[in-house]
Amino acid sequence: MSTPYAKLPGWVEYGLVPLVNLAVAFIVAGLVVLLVGENPFEAAYHLINGAFGRGEYIGFTLYYATTFIFTGLAVAVAFHCGLFNIGGEGQAYVGGIGVALACLWLDQTMPWYVVFPVAIIGSAFFGALWAFLPGWLQAKRGSHIVITTIMFNFIASSLMVYLLTRVLKPLGSMAPQTRTFAEGGQLPKLDWLLSIFGLNIGTAPFNISFLLALAAAFAVWVLIWRTKFGYEMRTMGHSPSAARYAGIRESRITVIAMMISGGLAGMMALNPIMGEQFRMQLDFVQGAGFVGIAVALMGRSHPGGIIPAAVLFGVLYQGGAEIAFEMPSISRDMIVIIQGLVILFAGALENMFRPAITRLFAMWGQRAAAVVQTKGA
Amino acid sequence: MDFFHVLVVLLESTIRVSVPLVFAALAGLFTERAGVFDIGLEGKMLGAAFAAGAAAAVTQSVWVGLLAAILISVLLSLVHGYASITQRGNQIVSGVAINFIVFGATVILGEAWFRQGGRTPALAEGARFQIINFPGADAIREVPILGPIYADLLSGHFLLTYLAFAMVPISWWILYRTRFGLRLRAVGENPGAVDTAGISVIWLRYRAVICCGILCGFAGAYLSLAMTAGFVKGMTAGKGYIALAALIFAKWRPKNVMLACLLFGFLDALAIRLQGTPLPLVGQVPVQLMQALPYILTVILLAGFIGKAIPPKAGGVPYVKER
Repeated sequence: MSTPYAKLPGWVEYGLVPLVNLAVAFIVAGLVVLLVGENPFEAAYHLINGAFGRGEYIGFTLYYATTFIFTGLAVAVAFHCGLFNIGGEGQAYVGGIGVALACLWLDQTMPWYVVFPVAIIGSAFFGALWAFLPGWLQAKRGSHIVITTIMFNFIASSLMVYLLTRVLKPLGSMAPQTRTFAEGGQLPKLDWLLSIFGLNIGTAPFNISFLLALAAAFAVWVLIWRTKFGYEMRTMGHSPSAARYAGIRESRITVIAMMISGGLAGMMALNPIMGEQFRMQLDFVQGAGFVGIAVALMGRSHPGGIIPAAVLFGVLYQGGAEIAFEMPSISRDMIVIIQGLVILFAGALENMFRPAITRLFAMWGQRAAAVVQTKGA
Repeated sequence: MDFFHVLVVLLESTIRVSVPLVFAALAGLFTERAGVFDIGLEGKMLGAAFAAGAAAAVTQSVWVGLLAAILISVLLSLVHGYASITQRGNQIVSGVAINFIVFGATVILGEAWFRQGGRTPALAEGARFQIINFPGADAIREVPILGPIYADLLSGHFLLTYLAFAMVPISWWILYRTRFGLRLRAVGENPGAVDTAGISVIWLRYRAVICCGILCGFAGAYLSLAMTAGFVKGMTAGKGYIALAALIFAKWRPKNVMLACLLFGFLDALAIRLQGTPLPLVGQVPVQLMQALPYILTVILLAGFIGKAIPPKAGGVPYVKER
């Protein structure tokens, strides 16, 4: 943050420090398991087994990871611009409207490969729209992005309840959801991808939007590190005053960055709506927008870090379900604790262990230098 | 007289739902005035509500419950303080993390300890706050206008309700009339100046964070020990965020905090009341619109369309001593 720390080697900075933070988060989570009166090692076994034990489990893990790649990228893009987009939840939720509209409109007449692009555009459009307002308000009216995005999460949730109970619900149905989509609104599974590795996907909803997520990750990398716009964004994120002196149009960048962020968050809706449930339901986002914060923090806002971090959270979600199944006294909410701990240690307390690690490296460096000297003499 | 009756009932429920908002928003007032943003109000309130419910269920004492609520809430505040003051971490991230951890932990621990699906056992009479009736409230109820106002609006609330509204002038007095309050406000505007005057920025901010914890403790205890008899999973249901919205809506001033909380509480009560009844001129208002109204109003306020909400200058920025 604002205090300079000694420069550490790259692998320490991007590998060891996050790993140490992650390990501490897991140790504390293990203490919670102990507090509940269960064996944390047994829980860890079920976690790993539940996430990787079978082809089907891996399919579920990657299905969750797909969702988290989108929301993680969304948080990261805004973060590079110095904006803390806490509204991924609402943006993803509203993004669902785009997916639902595309599917409801085209599913009965068109095959999935026609519906999918329309749904992508729709989801990104609605997500971007929901992020545009906070972005614009920050850029032009000076309202704090964190607060407005929080407020927009709640407004989105009210809006979606309204839409799903009154507008998008089919006549005569009681459940607050759209009708089930016909085949055109259902994404094909990626069973062939896992069968390359000899795995059977089973009932897992691992679908084609995973490839879209990977493409989005690559696109974000290009955008942030290989384009002028990305450079301007990073400049702004690093030093708003430098950006101002350089003649970068702050408000324009803010609004566009937020819209890209919101668009990415909105695209998350493709995965559960078209890939699993084949309908839009209440609360389909299920906190994925917030998981995105943890994913982006863990992945250091770099697509290369976000993908493994998203997989890690996929493991937590899928393995967590298995823990809940095998150990009834631990419910799925354990994941929420771990998620919170990861956010705490990888985000807010990211520098807690840095001085110790830095000291360790300084010592190691001195010893290495001493060895070189004695050899020389 | 029917309209008057409806109004009294509406105002009564307004007061009831406003209490946790007043406590939590005042809690936020203390930390944010000291320059520490806190979106963990929700988590602290939830943690306190759980601690209160659990402790009161085990000990059958409402006071132990209240104490436990305050204790847990202060502990969580100290975690936030440690992350954002000592470690100079991102205050928003820390707040988000606390909300997550508490939500998960209350469910897991509640289920493990009481095995009632994340609830705490229903509390008996002695283990929760009782309604306080003013002398002669029943006798005077039949008097038109004044009777219902005295008997239903002023009398018949919980001790914590009166405490919440008493905390408004007390907070004002602490913030604007004591040396501690002056310094606390100063540390939120210009910590450098406070530091130059030889006063510890860190210790001041920690004290502000502790004040926040205590008040959130009251808010949580009210939820599980007064409003209902026991803790229910996720029972704050976004009240912490509404309190945050109210705090901003009030432009970080104690008296406005109370008014904003009452307004948001009134909207909430009205939303429940209006469910399904059409209004003249506008027809049926969707409940969802009423529920979203506090957030929409806050956004409009933040955008500067109705006045301007200017947060404390040093808010959200960790203090680094210049060398």
